[in-house]
Amino acid sequence: MKVKEVPQDLKYYKGSVVRDLNYAVDENGQYKAVVSDGWTPKNDALDMALDEIKMQCFQIAGKVRKGESSPLEYHAAKNMLSVRLLAEYTGIPKRKIRRHFKPENFAALDEKTLAVYADALRITVEELKNIPE
Amino acid sequence: MELNLEHRAAAHCENGAISSLLRFHGIDLSEPMIFGLASGLFFSHVPFIDVGGMPLTSFRTVPGFLFKRITKLLGIKTDTARYFNKEKSMKALDGLLESGKPVCLVVGMYYLPYAPKEYRFHFNGHNICITGKDEKSGDYTVLDSNTTCKVTISSSDLLKIRYTKGGSYPLFGRMYWIKSVPEHIPDLKPLILRAIAKNCKIMTTGYPGVKYVGVKGMRFLSRRIRVWEKKLGPQKALMNLAQVIRMLEEIGTGGAGFRFIYGAFLQEAASRTGIVELNDFSSRITEIGDKWREFAYKASRMFKKRKGESYTYDDLGDMLRNLADMEESFYKDLGKAVKKYKN
Repeated sequence: MKVKEVPQDLKYYKGSVVRDLNYAVDENGQYKAVVSDGWTPKNDALDMALDEIKMQCFQIAGKVRKGESSPLEYHAAKNMLSVRLLAEYTGIPKRKIRRHFKPENFAALDEKTLAVYADALRITVEELKNIPE
Repeated sequence: MELNLEHRAAAHCENGAISSLLRFHGIDLSEPMIFGLASGLFFSHVPFIDVGGMPLTSFRTVPGFLFKRITKLLGIKTDTARYFNKEKSMKALDGLLESGKPVCLVVGMYYLPYAPKEYRFHFNGHNICITGKDEKSGDYTVLDSNTTCKVTISSSDLLKIRYTKGGSYPLFGRMYWIKSVPEHIPDLKPLILRAIAKNCKIMTTGYPGVKYVGVKGMRFLSRRIRVWEKKLGPQKALMNLAQVIRMLEEIGTGGAGFRFIYGAFLQEAASRTGIVELNDFSSRITEIGDKWREFAYKASRMFKKRKGESYTYDDLGDMLRNLADMEESFYKDLGKAVKKYKN
């Protein structure tokens, strides 16, 4: 890769201090370190993964509105947390988590358990009780 | 309390962390040099290790390997620690800072406060270096080589990222630091030759009987990639492909990126050792890196289609096989060339 070919496709790094560093060859054939803002194929791959999550969330949101599932399942999917991973983060057994995916069981949860879930999902308890429109 | 250590960006987080530690102890090596001395080039595709529901494809070794290799090579005494007790782990960190030593931590991305939201996925292998603590607020100063400047992080956030959970790679507050450095750094020439020979071996024959690693791993992936669509259905196949590209190009730690770093290393090695031949190998690996980028580009066109461009999984498989052939002959030639100078 030549120095002037180093991609500068800013997308997800916008507004953060994180950047890539690429090594590229200059006109004299010497390697140089060049800061890069990102690369479109890489952003596309991330898009793909995020779209997949969005799709899942969309389906689960439909189920939540029909009263077939709880907001917990929605937020877990949004954070790419499988039941196994969520169990590891919260210390709550997988079997119980699956039970909390049912709306009636979720509604009966106490504040303490909700706070544990909210912390693992990086949101507040209020946000956990609802799903975005 | 704040240690005097400048921020320096690096392509790969572990290189950057190692570089910070070494610089503090008066050993100033460039990132490519560190990467090369640690024999950092790698490839593996392991279908039975699950990363977010997809098989593991990796262009890096297990976190911690690079540090172990380079310190051993340079004769530096180091220490690593993990803690079941969270409080103890923070106390140990404070104690080391107190005694005037920077400490590197392996942390998870999931809670990392200064990373872009989209990048905070479940990945427990990011390396950062802690160089100071503000006594009043309890905030820590962090040198993260993937950022553009020094950052600070609150102690509660630090505790969270040190104990991020994650099935296949639990962290337990892992940290590592340098205990003492030898008075004289050994002559680099024989070390460079040894490191190159080792890397060539890992990539070509590496672990006998294991088909997941090195050029064998690339061929293995090239065979698998062809049947993904048939076996997994179009959507899941694309997801798998996206995963490979993300691993290939993730925050500078990508496959192509590593080839370029190695090219820079070979160039520096040529001037340090006076073996001019290494320059030719440098341009050869640059070419291979360019091919990896082309692979990433074409693969990304599978899910973002443009007019006049249509690639199939077979095309990608062919490219990978081609890459494996190119790399194999590269490592074999390089290994032979290096052997000549090793007496």
